[in-house]
Amino acid sequence: MKVVYERPKTLEKVTNHYCPGCHHGILHALIAEVLDEMGLAEKAVGVAPVGCAVLAYNYLDIDWIEAPHGRAVAIATGIKLAHPDVLVFTYQGDGDAAAIGLAETMYGAIRGVNVTTFLYNNAIYGMTGGQMAPTTLLGMKTTTSPYGRDAKREGYPLKMAETIALQGGTAFSARTALFNPKMIMETKKRIRQVFELQMKGAGFTFLEVVGTCPTNWGMSPVDATKFAETEMVKTFPLGVYKELKEVE
Amino acid sequence: MSDRPNKVVIDEELCKQCELCVVVCPVHALRISDRINTKGFHPAELYEYDKCIMCGFCAMTCPERAIAVYRPEVQKA
Repeated sequence: MKVVYERPKTLEKVTNHYCPGCHHGILHALIAEVLDEMGLAEKAVGVAPVGCAVLAYNYLDIDWIEAPHGRAVAIATGIKLAHPDVLVFTYQGDGDAAAIGLAETMYGAIRGVNVTTFLYNNAIYGMTGGQMAPTTLLGMKTTTSPYGRDAKREGYPLKMAETIALQGGTAFSARTALFNPKMIMETKKRIRQVFELQMKGAGFTFLEVVGTCPTNWGMSPVDATKFAETEMVKTFPLGVYKELKEVE
Repeated sequence: MSDRPNKVVIDEELCKQCELCVVVCPVHALRISDRINTKGFHPAELYEYDKCIMCGFCAMTCPERAIAVYRPEVQKA
């Protein structure tokens, strides 16, 4: 009997609190798989955000710190300075890393702090009940933009992967998605790449993952996955925006 | 059913009936069952055992990681 797929060891065997069909669960599991494969689970420290992923420390069997809202990269910087040999990553949503914590995320990239940030971008504030986020698509209806987001009134969606890629301290910046098996494998490859770059001391590594929010988008999980595949990628093109080839 | 080796093992208590595995299956071997788990969801099940090609797409897509996939040894004639 050959094992094709089994639940990763680092992923705790508990039911997560995410809504049915939420892609957060896939990203958690991919991080757990990569930590297992690289044997880094004992050396990893995660920083949980405020948002839907606030309880991430219940699901991955590694060390965690829960940061104040938006301050995950600042806390990760402190951990990295105290323990330069551990793997430090932050797991944030778009409300945490791209709205209230934009300054921290940006200065992580500007200063080239040697940590990894995962940004789960689902274009909405999920935990608080579906308000408009900086990343909300134009024309998208949310509880605080009931007629759809209008560029004249609320401005344009924030593109984090491109913005972070422009900063000097960034070693890696990319955007991937989770809407089909091919993209899930691509995301896993990128997670492995950012962890390898961090262990080499390359600098700030940033991975934006386009996800879904079926509940607050008002769709079934299957429709939400299709929406991510057809609509989200128009505003948030997938790809690698910065990649340091050689690490000193 | 019990005498055949396992291909797709679904932990029905973890399943939240999101149907992502049903949609992603390339050979349409999965479906939502009539049973109810303790959370009140109808868990997914493998109903076309012979169609399953053990690709692992369902397990890879499952946000709950409720699915394990195994490839039984092939008996050479």
